[in-house]
Amino acid sequence: MSEFYQWDRAIQPKAFTPDYKTSVLRSPKAALLSLENSLSEVTGPVFNHHDIGPLDHDLIRNYAHGGDPIGERIIVHGRILDENGRPVPHTLIEFWQANAGGRYRHKKDTYLAPIDPNFGGCGRCLSDDNGAYFFRTIKPGPYPWRNYVNSWRPAHIHFSIFGSGFSQRLITQMYFEGDPLIKLCPIVQTITDPAAVERLIAPLDLNASVPLDTLAYRFDIVLRGTRSTLFENRLEGN
Amino acid sequence: MPQELNYLKQTASQTAGPYVHIGLAPGRAGFDIFDHNFGHIMVTPQTVGERIIIEGLVLDGTGTPMRDALVELWQANAAGKYNNPADTQNKPIDPHFRGWGRSPCDFETGFYRFETIKPGQVMGRNGKPMAPHVSLWIVARGINIGLQTRAYFSDEEAANAADPILNLVEQDKRRKTLIASRSERDGQAVYRFDIVFQGENETVFFDV
Repeated sequence: MSEFYQWDRAIQPKAFTPDYKTSVLRSPKAALLSLENSLSEVTGPVFNHHDIGPLDHDLIRNYAHGGDPIGERIIVHGRILDENGRPVPHTLIEFWQANAGGRYRHKKDTYLAPIDPNFGGCGRCLSDDNGAYFFRTIKPGPYPWRNYVNSWRPAHIHFSIFGSGFSQRLITQMYFEGDPLIKLCPIVQTITDPAAVERLIAPLDLNASVPLDTLAYRFDIVLRGTRSTLFENRLEGN
Repeated sequence: MPQELNYLKQTASQTAGPYVHIGLAPGRAGFDIFDHNFGHIMVTPQTVGERIIIEGLVLDGTGTPMRDALVELWQANAAGKYNNPADTQNKPIDPHFRGWGRSPCDFETGFYRFETIKPGQVMGRNGKPMAPHVSLWIVARGINIGLQTRAYFSDEEAANAADPILNLVEQDKRRKTLIASRSERDGQAVYRFDIVFQGENETVFFDV
């Protein structure tokens, strides 16, 4: 059984971050109880191609109703790796986002920017043997939210990744190179390590673009690494 | 300068936000897009094991249900085996049970709900069996990094008393926050497990 390296708490945001106001009532007050990994944590759900449809990774087409969505056409690609630099293959990656105007297709979103009839705003894929993934979408727009009176989220895409064990489960957000709203955002600022914030910013990747068609951004994701067993621990005792 | 350790750095977590449903449960966001959706029904008629429901509320620091939260559940099958190659216990896999489910909380009632089977015992570290349990992972707007906890079963008193993780919880009162209470509803076993963020009954969350 390979255990995971612990969460890097110098990188990961704290639960209680009062400048992101919603966290105040939604953060535990007691300390987390530290546990060594057992089988319950090093295992996790396995997904396969039967779980996924052929257009699930193409947000330009997967909700098109007779036309293309409005906005900048982009490819997002990268690799899912662990801290040892090893690829995380065949893992489920899910993503969701606002449309080009910053509006989510969600019954609780009331922002005045219009819904795009041809854009759903979600997709998913499995990483390949080398941990690589890609999908095609529309660049999302920024939008206002109620934190301070005039708070705006930088353009972003939400990512959900499983990894090989349930304790690698991660949700994060990808931002876009050059967006002036990143440094103003209280959600981004829940991460106090500036280098960790920079690793959430995807650079333009012109080499991966399709000339005269679609731009590209690259976003690699690093999950907790697995520990090599140098001296055998008695984990299962049998 | 010593040699450099060339580990990659973990990607930082960010909140799932208020619109997590779009990506993880689009039906709940109000639209239909995928042929196959992940959900809270974890069993098929062929799945082996006692049918149970696990349900509850996710409560914020004022005791108000977090109706926009999303819960995922991971568990072993009825024989106590995880459907994952890293589980090398000599026990059968149930091909009709992935062992994973996802439930957004209800926008009206606030309840999450899983239809599953009661898991068997899984071997823990150092040869100490763990009492039957499920692992839960909670995300929502306002949660910067997903919270992990476990639900044990109130009718497993002997196994719970010997469980190595429950015994790590110092305070009796806090240990009880990890026990789902069993009742019957329409002939069906229902376990109630509320996830409480703050206050007297704050759930024990794990750094694991």
